[in-house]
Amino acid sequence: MKKVITGNKATAYGVKVCRPKVIAAYPITPQTTIVEYIADFIADGSLESKFVKVESEHSAMAACIAAQNTGVRTFTATSAHGLALMHEMLHWAAAARTPVVMVNANRAMGPPWSIWADHLDSISQRDTGWIQTYCENSQEILDTIIMSYKIAENRKVMLPALLNEDAFYLTHTAEAVDIPDQELVDEFLPDFEPRYKIDTEEPFGFGSLVMPDNYYEFRYNIARAMEASKELTREAVQEFAELFGRDYHGLIEEYRTDDAEFILMGMGTLVSTARDAIDELRDEGHKVGLVKVRSFRPFPLEEMRDLASRIKSIAIMERVYAFGNRGPLFNEVCGAVYNSGHRPFLKNYIIGIGGRDVRVQDVKNVYLDLLKETEGADDGIPEEELNWYGLVGPGGD
Amino acid sequence: MTQSYDEITLTPITNRDSTVNKTGGWRTLRPVIDVEKCIKCWNCWKFCPDMSIIINRGKELPEVDYDYCKGCGICVHECPVDAIVMEKEV
Repeated sequence: MKKVITGNKATAYGVKVCRPKVIAAYPITPQTTIVEYIADFIADGSLESKFVKVESEHSAMAACIAAQNTGVRTFTATSAHGLALMHEMLHWAAAARTPVVMVNANRAMGPPWSIWADHLDSISQRDTGWIQTYCENSQEILDTIIMSYKIAENRKVMLPALLNEDAFYLTHTAEAVDIPDQELVDEFLPDFEPRYKIDTEEPFGFGSLVMPDNYYEFRYNIARAMEASKELTREAVQEFAELFGRDYHGLIEEYRTDDAEFILMGMGTLVSTARDAIDELRDEGHKVGLVKVRSFRPFPLEEMRDLASRIKSIAIMERVYAFGNRGPLFNEVCGAVYNSGHRPFLKNYIIGIGGRDVRVQDVKNVYLDLLKETEGADDGIPEEELNWYGLVGPGGD
Repeated sequence: MTQSYDEITLTPITNRDSTVNKTGGWRTLRPVIDVEKCIKCWNCWKFCPDMSIIINRGKELPEVDYDYCKGCGICVHECPVDAIVMEKEV
């Protein structure tokens, strides 16, 4: 059934068809309407679930972890400072191996206070052991919620999953979204069946103390589970495409990369703008394609290495800067391709920070700069590997 | 003993509860109750964060469970008749 709805409403529908038994959340702009729509579903009886109103995001995550330990599926949603407040519990959710699924409305961190799109909130949670996916449109959010439960709850994974949607560009913008049939979702998504759960007949303690003799192996298993999720993601995407007719390709999606010498790369809504830019550039005869990074954790190492073997140059566009050393995606790509034996020219463009508008022409300008820099580069070494695109300095814009 | 990563559970799971962990050893000061002054209001029992005040049903008096009392002194603070004092551990 198709409806014209916002990204937040699409999120609520995505949650509804997955039928989590416990939802615990705290309001924060621009996430708030997600849980309000879910509360409506519970109130009108279309979703059978316990809604827990908590006093903070830290408690929201703690409630989800505890509920997961009783063997039920859970959901929560947050944004920016709310996600930051959850930080301790994010580590706990991953290491307690509770596959909570959470949607984060990507919003800038303050100060200065800002409620607009920026990826610093979720990127700051990179090392907590959560699977992290970035979505391009509202349909992708809905569909990725369904896929995320399947991947996260697989016994080879049992890790929580964070889905990201850009503030306002998705959360509050309405577009046509297909809400899948419940029977089809039930066919795709099995019931959550954890190996261990709280049982009052046979009490156990979860997440107890271990000595240095044992801690290391528990952490290794998280790394192993994250690695296993890569193949399961590729499989889930394929199965989803067969059943629902929408193909998300895998950990990354390549768009018009056949015979491409140049690649524009990004995450989130930047990608949908870049699609139009690529179409125009292709019409103008440029050999340029697009790579959308869907999965930031686990990082698509193999896909990046394969890409590095085929292309000349990549512009990595990011709505975030890792203070002290380049953009985080740029650093990840550099790390991924270094031992691949291939050495594409990489340039980092910081763009759209704090919700600053990114137009099709801006993306085209990034490409034109990359082209100029690649052709002028001495031995493939860029003169300037970092560009703060559109930054207003002395003299104004 | 270190177990293989293939043999361990996903997260540490134990069937022992925390009573095996006797936390009384953390104490530097110990609460001592003057039973002559006690008015049996049970504030100490209500406020103890470690459930270390035991009500002795026979004597109808509060007693401190020194196996688990960490010596925080909340009972001293809450006692309305100053029947509890903190003494140095030796």
